[in-house]
Amino acid sequence: MSADGRSARRTAADIASAVAAGEESAAAVLDAHLAVIESREPDLHAFVSVLGDEARERAAAIDRSVAAGEPVGPLAGVPVALKDNLCTLGLATTCSSKILEGWRPPYDATVVRRLADAGAVIIGKTNMDEFAMGSSTENSSSGPTRNPHDTAKVPGGSSGGSAAAVAAGFAPLGLGSDTGGSIRQPAAFCGVVGMKPTYGAVSRYGLVAFASSLDQIGPFATTVADAALLLEVIGGHDPADSTSLDGPAPAARSRLGEGVDGLRVGLCAQLLTGAAPDVAARVHEAAEALAVAGARVEEVSIPEFDYGLSAYYLLAPAEASSNLARYDGVRYGLRVDAPDAAAMNRATRTAGFGAEVKRRIMLGTYALSAGYYDAYYGQAQRVRTLVVEAFARAYADHDVLLGATAPTTAFAIGSKADDPLAMYLSDLFTIPSNLAGHPAISVPFGTGDDGLPVGVQVLAPALAEPLLFAVAAALEVATPQEETVP
Amino acid sequence: MSTTLGDDWEMVIGLEVHCELLTATKLFCGCRNAFGDEPNTNVCPVCLGLPGSLPVLNTGAVERAMAIGTALGCEIRPSSFHRKNYFYPDQPKDYQISQYDEPINTGGRLELPDGSVVGITRAHLEEDTGKTLHVGEGGRIHAADHSLVDYNRAGVPLVEIVSEPEIRTAAQARAYVAELRAVLVATGASDGRMEEGSMRVDANVSVRPAGNEVMGTRCEIKNLNSLRSLTRAIEYEADRQVALLDAGGTIDQETRHWDEEAGRTSTMRSKEEANDYRYFPEPDLVPLAPGAEWIERVAAGIGPLPAERRLALAALFDGGPTPAQRDQILAVVDLGLDPLLRSATDAGVPATLALARTANEVATDTDAALRLERTSFATLLGLEANGTLSATQTKAVLAVLLERGGGDPGGIAAELGFESLSSGSLAATVADIVAAHPDEWARFVEGDKKMTGFFVGAVMKATGGNANGKAVTAELARLAAP
Amino acid sequence: MTVENGPAGAHPSTAALSRADVVHVARLARLDLSEDELELFTGQLASVLDYAADVAALDLTGVRPTAHPLPVVNVLRDDVVAPSLERDIVLAMAPSVEDDRFSVPRIVGEEP
Ligand SMILES: [Mg+2]
Ligand SMILES: [Zn+2]
Repeated sequence: MSADGRSARRTAADIASAVAAGEESAAAVLDAHLAVIESREPDLHAFVSVLGDEARERAAAIDRSVAAGEPVGPLAGVPVALKDNLCTLGLATTCSSKILEGWRPPYDATVVRRLADAGAVIIGKTNMDEFAMGSSTENSSSGPTRNPHDTAKVPGGSSGGSAAAVAAGFAPLGLGSDTGGSIRQPAAFCGVVGMKPTYGAVSRYGLVAFASSLDQIGPFATTVADAALLLEVIGGHDPADSTSLDGPAPAARSRLGEGVDGLRVGLCAQLLTGAAPDVAARVHEAAEALAVAGARVEEVSIPEFDYGLSAYYLLAPAEASSNLARYDGVRYGLRVDAPDAAAMNRATRTAGFGAEVKRRIMLGTYALSAGYYDAYYGQAQRVRTLVVEAFARAYADHDVLLGATAPTTAFAIGSKADDPLAMYLSDLFTIPSNLAGHPAISVPFGTGDDGLPVGVQVLAPALAEPLLFAVAAALEVATPQEETVP
Repeated sequence: MSTTLGDDWEMVIGLEVHCELLTATKLFCGCRNAFGDEPNTNVCPVCLGLPGSLPVLNTGAVERAMAIGTALGCEIRPSSFHRKNYFYPDQPKDYQISQYDEPINTGGRLELPDGSVVGITRAHLEEDTGKTLHVGEGGRIHAADHSLVDYNRAGVPLVEIVSEPEIRTAAQARAYVAELRAVLVATGASDGRMEEGSMRVDANVSVRPAGNEVMGTRCEIKNLNSLRSLTRAIEYEADRQVALLDAGGTIDQETRHWDEEAGRTSTMRSKEEANDYRYFPEPDLVPLAPGAEWIERVAAGIGPLPAERRLALAALFDGGPTPAQRDQILAVVDLGLDPLLRSATDAGVPATLALARTANEVATDTDAALRLERTSFATLLGLEANGTLSATQTKAVLAVLLERGGGDPGGIAAELGFESLSSGSLAATVADIVAAHPDEWARFVEGDKKMTGFFVGAVMKATGGNANGKAVTAELARLAAP
Repeated sequence: MTVENGPAGAHPSTAALSRADVVHVARLARLDLSEDELELFTGQLASVLDYAADVAALDLTGVRPTAHPLPVVNVLRDDVVAPSLERDIVLAMAPSVEDDRFSVPRIVGEEP
């Protein structure tokens, strides 16, 4: 790794304090990261667009503020890789879909404004599964992203571009969105920290919706502390999102150094069932490490989780079928001409959406349609209640739950492309937290037999982010080997 | 009964009235809620349905919906929003956010001026669509070459008021809509302007043999935007259904369109083609659960309702208003002109005169009437009542007042050349004529009724017809009094 | 061949997803499917629905549905005007514009 590369590997907290103190310019930090991007992006395709010019302007502005002695915020000069489903004023936001090609939003997402207020520098918009529908970042109109640890493998998805960007040192921080595991699963595959906050902890305003009652924006970072810092910057009440919780951002860093002594950790059987032996072994080692650190680890069974995947694959497509109706060729984005309005809608949507998006729109339309609502959508909503209640029972006896993030390490590009159900199964362990609206985090914990990263997942009750990060930090300390730098 | 339906058949009518709320902003965003602005100027990411945008509910719209519920005697309940999914170019998100199985208002009633009562099933909140202009072939949808959409109206708050199917004649349907409009205006929730589309009516019409309890198959007639269309469409549709049934046919449940020019309804969509709206709970909004204190606060802010205001006007007439005056009172209250009328009676103008001028002259231009300064109106009618101005002169001055929105009636009378009678000159004229005819005057004083006509005629002649007959009589009586 | 309109409305009452269901759903969702896609999607969607059959088969009488993970009510904003977008920006996004309005091809079929 070059000198620039080493510079790129520093934590966000380090960079921000150096920039704020005037010890290092935001411009130099940016250049170091752009150099890494230049060398490896052609192999990885983590970005839909790299915002070199905009980022340079922004970095220069931060440097001027530092020189003028003005406050610059907790992320001063820190490059951030932004998933391309987060709206950026005047900058293309495509959701990796042909249907939004060329669309420049006339507004910034709330998280984008908060990043700017914190002094962050958006370095690029990252590749994703189209409209966040997928678990591999192969469903993109601009082609797949590759895993930095092994370019024949997927980075996971749908936030695979952000995960890969952080893993490859393109940026110390990334933002993704997690509807059924779309932050945690790629974090696990790419060997970085990825976290889904409590539903409502981070404003969804400006996040292009996939499934509104499940979507949540969250951080990617190379360290637990950096992820916590980023959550503190983007979180907190937003009057523009009716589902945003009252109050400030979770104090995610408040318990980082506390350790896990005396904590009750539930090792959840359903979050290991079907996991590959090497993945399961790492999870057990993680449980052991927490026990050594003073936690009381007990096995717990939550059978209701087994219905989570089915419920999710009815609820999420149902909401998606409605959320994606607006891409009709009338107001923005792609239009394919046809003699009448309905035919124009059909031609546009047929040409603009990829196969996975069409599959989910049809699945969701079916689940909501007359005669099937009760059997599918209504039933899935009831299962959601069961999952919420099961979590509540588990948390009566345990402070956090522990399990695998994904059943396997990163799989080969193309290996699941023709089998949607097999692809959906890779979300098995991440979905329960989305259904309940609870926070969960994936922390790298060693590697599998193939040498690829394994992620261990910690789950906590709603708004228990400080606790969740404390446990994650303890796991980070106990990681069995040096972080593998891809 | 319809003029043509006869005694063998009975209509069953239920009405759905969409009413735009008089808020400053739209239902889910801060864009202006205004009629007639330049196209696509009151739009933002939310009401354009841009990717990533989210709705936030408007307190003002909720309170107006609660006011409507209160005025209609509904129960105001915890409620939630659903998405109604359908593709149409005027619908920015290709779904409408509307209250579905948990509406804010349920179970009210509306008493009509004739004493009949129509049950209200529900009155719920939802968002309006944009406006579509059809280009080519006179703006007709089927012949149009293409269409143009303005989203200024998209997201404007609506309350949809659904009646029970308890209306039995087109006239009753008309009375229901007129009374509902007056109630909506009285609550401050709506301006009630059907001609601007701020109130739109859908009518569900079926017929059945008179006395039969079972409902016939109904047809829904969409988008009736005047009381006249409503009456005509219902009568046409009922007659059509009866003719079909009389001929041994059956009614298809369908949605029909009213063609105002042709004076007939036609099929829009059959039940088999009915949309599958795939309603589901709107995940971007949380439920609404107004507490008792909030509901009471809104209720306390509602002014007197039309029925109460009609009673108050009727009470101004000794022995009660005549049937003609009752109709005038109905019209005056419907148009919201009763405060104007009351300003005159409060100033001592006789109720009969105040009602006549309000119902006959003022009501012809409602917009101007609602702008008219009440004190100017009251002062003017005072001048007519005391004989300073004749009826003809009063009407002329009133026309100017309406045009200007107010002003000094005496000054306007002078401008119009009515000055000779504007400052006590009537009394002088009468006195001169009395002095010139001592014999006639003596007979008048003795009680000869014929002499009243003599003196009034003489004064009219002297004033070129500008005197007020009643005022002359009053002046004669004053002079003759011991 | 492109399938645009299926038999309207009527669903079979059986649980298995049929080709006709997919045609119907594609029509509702405004998607055109080729014969090949129709074949492929019918198989793929059927296998997902098969998997979800466990959920459909559960007896959940008395369990209330969860529409939303948050137990929050009454989120409202004041009725105060906020700036709208500039029309030039709004119309610049549109595929087709005429007379300051969004232009669409002729609308066949009436408003819902
Ligand atoms: Mg409606
Ligand atoms: Zn707006």
